Amino acid sequence: MEKTLPMPLAATAKKINMNKLAKHTLHYLVLTLLAVITVYPFWWTLVTALSTSGDVFTYPPRMWPENPGLDNFIEVFKTIDVIAFYKNSIIISVLTVAGTLLVCSMAAYPLARMQFPGRNIVFGAILATMILPSEVNFLVNFITVSKLGMGDTYTGVVLPGLAGAVGIFLMKQAFEAVPNDLVDAARVDGATEWQIFWHIMLPLARPALAALTILTLVAAWNQYIWPSIVMASPDKFPLSVGVLYLSGAFSFKIRVVAAGAVLTVLPILMVFLFTQRYFLRGFDGAVK
Amino acid sequence: MSASKKNTLQAWLFLTPALLLLMAFSFWPVGFGSYLAFTQYNLIDAPVWVGLDNFRELFEDELFISALQNSALYLLVVPAIQVLAILLAVLVNNQLPGIKFYRAAYYLPVVTTVSVIGVIWNFMYTDDGALNAVLRWLHVINEPIGWLSDDRIALFSVMFVTIWRGLGWYMVLYLAGLQSVPQDVYEAAVLDGANAWQRFWKITVPLLMPTILLCSVMSMLAAVKCFEEVQIMTKGGPMQSTYTALFYAYEFGIKSLNFGRALAASLVMSVFCVALAWLNFRYLQPRKK
Repeated sequence: MEKTLPMPLAATAKKINMNKLAKHTLHYLVLTLLAVITVYPFWWTLVTALSTSGDVFTYPPRMWPENPGLDNFIEVFKTIDVIAFYKNSIIISVLTVAGTLLVCSMAAYPLARMQFPGRNIVFGAILATMILPSEVNFLVNFITVSKLGMGDTYTGVVLPGLAGAVGIFLMKQAFEAVPNDLVDAARVDGATEWQIFWHIMLPLARPALAALTILTLVAAWNQYIWPSIVMASPDKFPLSVGVLYLSGAFSFKIRVVAAGAVLTVLPILMVFLFTQRYFLRGFDGAVK
Repeated sequence: MSASKKNTLQAWLFLTPALLLLMAFSFWPVGFGSYLAFTQYNLIDAPVWVGLDNFRELFEDELFISALQNSALYLLVVPAIQVLAILLAVLVNNQLPGIKFYRAAYYLPVVTTVSVIGVIWNFMYTDDGALNAVLRWLHVINEPIGWLSDDRIALFSVMFVTIWRGLGWYMVLYLAGLQSVPQDVYEAAVLDGANAWQRFWKITVPLLMPTILLCSVMSMLAAVKCFEEVQIMTKGGPMQSTYTALFYAYEFGIKSLNFGRALAASLVMSVFCVALAWLNFRYLQPRKK
């Protein structure tokens, strides 16, 4: 097409293309530089975990594994009870997700679809938990959990986090979008509130349940401070706590610690890669 | 039982589990915690009322004062993280090939547990670690820097990790903000001859103001309450130079079971946080037309 244009116009078009190219190259250069800063520490850890010979720390830093192999990973399994850590992480995550879905959607249903005295007070109270200085709650919650005999138990780790304002509001929004006709028809047929909740609301709120599942799953798998406070015996540690146990006790075995770190993040990074849209689309509505 | 009474009862039954949990683990800590701040309590014996003693001891403790100063200093991460996050959001707010890969790459630290982040950055920061190696290779330094062993810079090294792991989170929030800016405003500005720089300052920033306000408050509160990174990477050292206020509360509460002192410290922090949030909304609120 360019060739058919009169000369000056063709030159301008070409200049614009060149400008665009230069701009895009610069754009990608900056993008890549920033990506190196966020990704390289992970890459270094993976490379170190896969290397089976040579120095751990090299100058300049290593880019590729030396004699790649899985020896260090096998060593992790011999050094600490990783299977137990995995089991604990899975139990804590599954209980947290199941509990959060149930508790939050149950609380959301009457707030979204029922009229009853005290509704606004409840709504305000749940809203208020969002501005409470919750990061310092762990001190008193540790006392509460200990006094209730839930120290060093999965229940103690899971229970305090189940009811969250974000989860309740997410589910409330989903329930509000369910058409009235469906609910009215069910009521005419004599359905109880529980049946409406269980057989109509929950199936129709599946996208919101999926979002809440993924966000809760990643948060539960990654939580560190709270399980490290509640769990006293190492055989009950989730991976996030176990990996520090490994790095504390075997800090001289850097490759093995690196392999332990890889084993800890691998499952959740897989989940992230397949569910990116839930994280990266920017929580529509949550911000506004 | 009348229909409406039955309805009310049912509604409250649905709400019961959530309300009980919120009562026990969100409201109780605020009330009981504030009370314990005025007592001596070690988890075993009953709390003993001591009035303001905990606060007096707190402010006579040089470690707490320096921990408070460190928490205030920690606010330096806020402008850094916000400027970088806006930059990232602007850079990835397009449909260029491969842009999804970059978004995921920036978000990677956000979905990584903080304990692994601590382990990884301890590797990066050691004397012969990757960071010193790269800087020597670029001839920026001759001698390795003790990122976590030098008490003058350890706190800043920990702060950098906080920035590094938080960037992706704020990038996503800004991305949502950017995508709600109507495209025709930019088109009109281009027609009027505004360059990219002018468009950024005259259109993007003002329209992004609500998001900037929200993110600043979030990251300020997170910054002054930061202690996980400290607990994992430095345990407050070297020479107690990386103590933050909440790490102090953690050490006195969870480690020494001195809950009175710990909760007094966290009460001071909470007051500080409320004041910060209030100042933000008071002075950063976009002016009403």
